[in-house]
Amino acid sequence: MVFLLILTAISILVSFIFDRDKTYKGVTKGIKMFWGIFPDLVIILIVASLLLGLIPENTIAHYLGQDSSLWAIIIASLIGSMALIPGFIAFPLAAFLKEAGVSINILAVFITTLMMVGIVTFPVEMKFFGFKATLLRNVLSFIGALIIGLLMGVLL
Amino acid sequence: MKLKSKVIFKFIVIGIIILITLVAKSMGNVSAALIEVHFRSFFLEMILFLPCMFILVGLIDLWLPRSLVEPHIGKDSGIKGSFWIIFLAMLQAGPLYGAFPVAAILWKKGSSIRNIFIYLGAFSTLKIPMLTFETSFLGWKFTLLRTVISLPVFILIAFTLEFILKKTDFSVKEIKL
Repeated sequence: MVFLLILTAISILVSFIFDRDKTYKGVTKGIKMFWGIFPDLVIILIVASLLLGLIPENTIAHYLGQDSSLWAIIIASLIGSMALIPGFIAFPLAAFLKEAGVSINILAVFITTLMMVGIVTFPVEMKFFGFKATLLRNVLSFIGALIIGLLMGVLL
Repeated sequence: MKLKSKVIFKFIVIGIIILITLVAKSMGNVSAALIEVHFRSFFLEMILFLPCMFILVGLIDLWLPRSLVEPHIGKDSGIKGSFWIIFLAMLQAGPLYGAFPVAAILWKKGSSIRNIFIYLGAFSTLKIPMLTFETSFLGWKFTLLRTVISLPVFILIAFTLEFILKKTDFSVKEIKL
């Protein structure tokens, strides 16, 4: 994070030394693009916080720890696809679930869908890639995440 | 900057949700307090991270000519191009929505469809800062196995997407106001 801030500051500075006008244009362009998705992003972050706040970790652990592993995998993949959980919450949560006895393939499906599929961020992704490509990427990633999770359960 | 009515509407919705949450919190609702904590950290991450990404993308757009980038990651770049793309994605950090503007600039500079989606796949599963974090919580066996299996899976996804989308008018749009 700090690295990114420093990198941006240095880039602006170096660019400014070589060409003021270009720098001004580049920075304004960047900020305009940011502003273009800002309202949608704030809504997405609100939805993500609502989901995370209203569904406590224990509830998730309860559903993922069920005896029927097929049912648990389906729920894990759905939670993973819907949620927008940053790594600093997701990995401790996964470690907690592991301690609670949740099996590896359920954990792997949860983690990989979380990484690869984004239902909440769908509106923003669509702005860049269009509806069709976004839908295809998410559906294929969902299938891919299931395959990864099941393979891990077999191998680990 | 003129605000369109759609944007104003979005901000009103945001305002109402924030207001409800704050009222619920002041009445001692635990979930509301938790929602506020999550939102604060999400928002802070986004507001520090994303403008930087977009400014860098804006500068790269003006300084880096397409003719310089296209041979390395374009249609004829082959496996070497995909390697560069994966390497670039691994060095980054942050949530997936931060990868979208980078994908837009890669596209503008001539990247192939396949490499765009290899980039998104690598960004979502192989970021080095995330891997170190994953290792510390789930162990190196879990992380190693997950990355080794993820790699061919997202490459296959990218090939499939290219196969389907090359027949359409697919493009990665730059966000404009």
